[in-house]
Order: sequence, then structure tokens, then C-alpha cells
Amino acid sequence: MRRWLLPIALIGALIGAWQVAVSSGALADLLDLESFLVPSPAEIAESLWENRTLLLDNAWVTLKEVLLGLACATAAGVLFAVAMRLSETLRLAFYPLLVASQTVPVVAIAPILIVLFGFGIGPKLWIVALVCFFPITVNTLDGLSSVDAEATKMMRTLDASRGQILWRLEAPTSLPYFFSGAKIAAAVAVIAALFGEWVGAESGLGVLIREDTARLETARVFAAVTILSLMAVSLFALIALAERRVVTWR
Amino acid sequence: MRQDSKMSVRAQGFATTKPMPAARDVPGVGLSIAGVAHSYGELRTLEGLDLDAPAHGVLGIVGPSGCGKSTLLELIAGLREPARGQIELGDAGDARGRLARCAYMPQRDLLLPWLSAIDNAALALRNRGARRGAARRQAGALFERFGLTGFERAKPAELSGGMRQRVAFLRTLVAGKPVLALDEPFASLDAITRAEMQSWLARALEADPRTVVLVSHDIEEALYLCDRVAVLSSRPGRIVEEVSAPAPRAPDRDEVVTDPEFVAVRERAMHALREGSK
Repeated sequence: MRRWLLPIALIGALIGAWQVAVSSGALADLLDLESFLVPSPAEIAESLWENRTLLLDNAWVTLKEVLLGLACATAAGVLFAVAMRLSETLRLAFYPLLVASQTVPVVAIAPILIVLFGFGIGPKLWIVALVCFFPITVNTLDGLSSVDAEATKMMRTLDASRGQILWRLEAPTSLPYFFSGAKIAAAVAVIAALFGEWVGAESGLGVLIREDTARLETARVFAAVTILSLMAVSLFALIALAERRVVTWR
Repeated sequence: MRQDSKMSVRAQGFATTKPMPAARDVPGVGLSIAGVAHSYGELRTLEGLDLDAPAHGVLGIVGPSGCGKSTLLELIAGLREPARGQIELGDAGDARGRLARCAYMPQRDLLLPWLSAIDNAALALRNRGARRGAARRQAGALFERFGLTGFERAKPAELSGGMRQRVAFLRTLVAGKPVLALDEPFASLDAITRAEMQSWLARALEADPRTVVLVSHDIEEALYLCDRVAVLSSRPGRIVEEVSAPAPRAPDRDEVVTDPEFVAVRERAMHALREGSK
């Protein structure tokens, strides 16, 4: 109960304070902005309701990019982690490259991807997958390697092949690590999709936010941001739920 | 409530005295160690070791911490090849052949927490390609003998320390290997449970004889469970004394370990251990 009550109470209090600060004009004064640039929670809620079709249509576009990108990153990340666990040579060769790939700024390669793959879903998938691949791969590999050496010996004397050690011992051991990586990936996936849309897209919440910012439609910008946050939180909660259902032994 | 059920099952398990049928026919295989030496890089762990055990014999190895006991066990189990010398289990002289003939029980139970007790016990059968149902039936047949009836579906976290150790031993036994390598199997248990488990293992081995190599730091435990006990020196480990146990796996453990003859042999081994640790 406290688990839900506490965050809800805190968010409620923040929204209340925001509403008071905006209606009294205190926030606009503080930020030295015209009051029409600082929307109140009530205005945002109004905008959410009035633009619900537009917002949901664009949110669906973004959500598809996030989910497909995450799925690609998970599949590639797990495969890569397993390959690096099975082959020391692969691990030594690819690990530095993996870390280096994470330092390549998405800002720099996003326009190139857009030029390469056009304005469709392709480049967004690449950007989301690129950002999510790293935490999933590194965490899964750490998990696979965290297996007790004694347990591996025990499995060998119980006639387990390398594949059986991987499947019966290392894979379950790595699951909690994998889920940690997936939760981090889910949180950044939404930002990555937004960024991909920002650089070049025809629809999606990122496009909506970019255009509305230019038009000074601040209430709708905040409405889009609200949906984006809800998306990220739900995705995180969904993965946490899956973890609790799967990893029952911790 | 849960505590109660654990206690009653434990008591019931130890009270079983009726003759128990063997798990399956496992051929007897003798152990022979000749001139074995091993080192990790510069660190010499074992030196000039000669040891034998007949088929279905129980050989104990005691020694100070870090004397290479666990290394010796890994060599016997075929997990690695000794730097020098020869280890044979029956007609198998190479690591691969020994691995096929020996099951290893580590110090900690290392039950897989995501598997039920019965699936843990059946691991070796599953690894050899048995279907889940068949593997469970074969392992489950032994649960009653081990005082584990009703706990087939329990996860390791729901079992007491003694029960977990019994499931771990069951897992080793179900592998159906002629040689068992036990690495301080009861070291993690409290004194009372450990004494109970020693009596229990003694009965389990009488019912289902195997060639056993038992590593222990507890001389009393080794002398009660084993036919013969080799005392190793500190690193590099070599044999400083070999003693024969007066009454291996006798029915009444408490009576045996206080018997003057047992105490005399224990003191002799203790003296050798002290000398070897210098």
C-alpha cells in the first residue's frame, strides 16, 4: 500500500504546488517568463483531453519504435552476451568495441542514419536499439560470468555438456542481471525514440513536441511529455513485474 | 508450523532402519593413486602421493587448511589432470574417463535455487537426456529412503540445512557413478545436525555401497565414516600417516566415537596432523 500511496501523494503535492505557483504568477516571475509560456497542471490536463486523438496517434508511433527497438536490442544483446561467454576470444576482441560503441554520441550519428534509412521507422529502431544494446549486453554477460566455479565443476561431474551448463546453470543465474539491464534500457529507450523523431520524422511525440515548442503551444508540449513519462514508467513497471514473476528464488 | 513439519520428517528419516534396496546396480570400481604431484604455477600443492582404495572402500583424507585436499579431489574426479603421476578409477586413467566414473559433491550444497528438490536430485539424469517425467520418477523413488518424502516439490530455500545436504547427496548418488568424491560435505552444518548426518551417510553407504573419497578437516568424522584415513601435511601436501578405522560406519555413532580404541586411533591421527602442520 505504502508502495503506491507514497509516490502518488508526492506527485499530487508537486502538482498542487505547481498549480498554486502558476496561478499566482509566482513561477512566471521566478523564471522571468511571460505567463502564457508557463502552463498550469489544469491547462495541461485540459490540453491532454482536447488533443487526446492527436496525442494518442503520435504516442502509438513512438511506442512502436520503443518496443521494436527494445526487442531488437534484447535479442542482439542476449545473443552477443552468450557468444562472448562461450568464447574468450570473442569477448577479448569485442568488449572494448562494445564500450566504445557507447561513447559514440547518438547526436552525431542520428542524422547519418536518417539520410541512410529515410524518415520511416528504420532509423529510430537503430537509435533505440543502439542505446539499449549496451546495458542489456553488459549486464547479461556479467550475470553469465557470475556463476559459482564450484557449481560448474559439480555440473561437469553430473555429465553436463557446455550447452547444458549454459542453459541449466548460467542462464538462470544471469536472469536477475538481465532484468536490471532491461530496466535501464527501458528508461533510456523512450528518450532515444524521442530523439530519433526529433532529428527527422513525420509523426511521433518527438515531432509533436518539436513543432509545438516552435509554436509556443506549451500546454500541449507538457501534455506530450506527460504521456512520454507515463510510457517510460509503465514500461519499467512491466519489466519489474516480469522479473518478479520469473525470478522467484531471490 | 513449517519448522514442525521439517523436524518430524527429519526424525522419520533417521529412524528408518529397515533394509533399504540399492538405488540401482552400480559396478564397484577401485581407486589407485601413484606418484601424484600437482602445482599451480610456482605453488606446489601436492607431492609424491600414493593411495589406494578397493571397490566400495571409503577413503578419508584429512589435513590442515590449504594442504591441497580439494585439489586432490578435483584430480580424482577428473576435473583436471595431475602434473605428474597416475590416478586410476578402475580401468580409467585419463581425466575424461575419471569424470565419467566419479560424481563430485561440493562443500556447499549448491542446489540450484530455481529448481525443486526433485529436479535438483535428477540433474544428472536430465543432463544425460532423460525426459523430465522419467528423471523425476527415478530420483523420486529415493526420496522416502532419504527422509525427504513430501518435499519433492519444495524449493531449496524451503528446506533445512540438513535436508539440503541430503538432497545434494541424493543428486550425487542418482548420477549412478561408481565413485563419489565428497568435499567436506557437512562442514556448513551445526554440530548436532552434522552428527546426525554422519550416521545417516553411514547408513546410506551401507545400503548403497560406492567407492568414496571423503575430504574432511574433522578427524572424528573421517574415522567414523571411512575404512582408512590418510593424513596430509601442510602444503605441498604429502601423506604423513595412514590409519585404519576401528569400526567404520558402526550403527551407533555416539558409542563408537567414545570407544577407547577409536579415541586412541583418533589421537594418533591428531598427532600426525599436528606434526604435518609444522
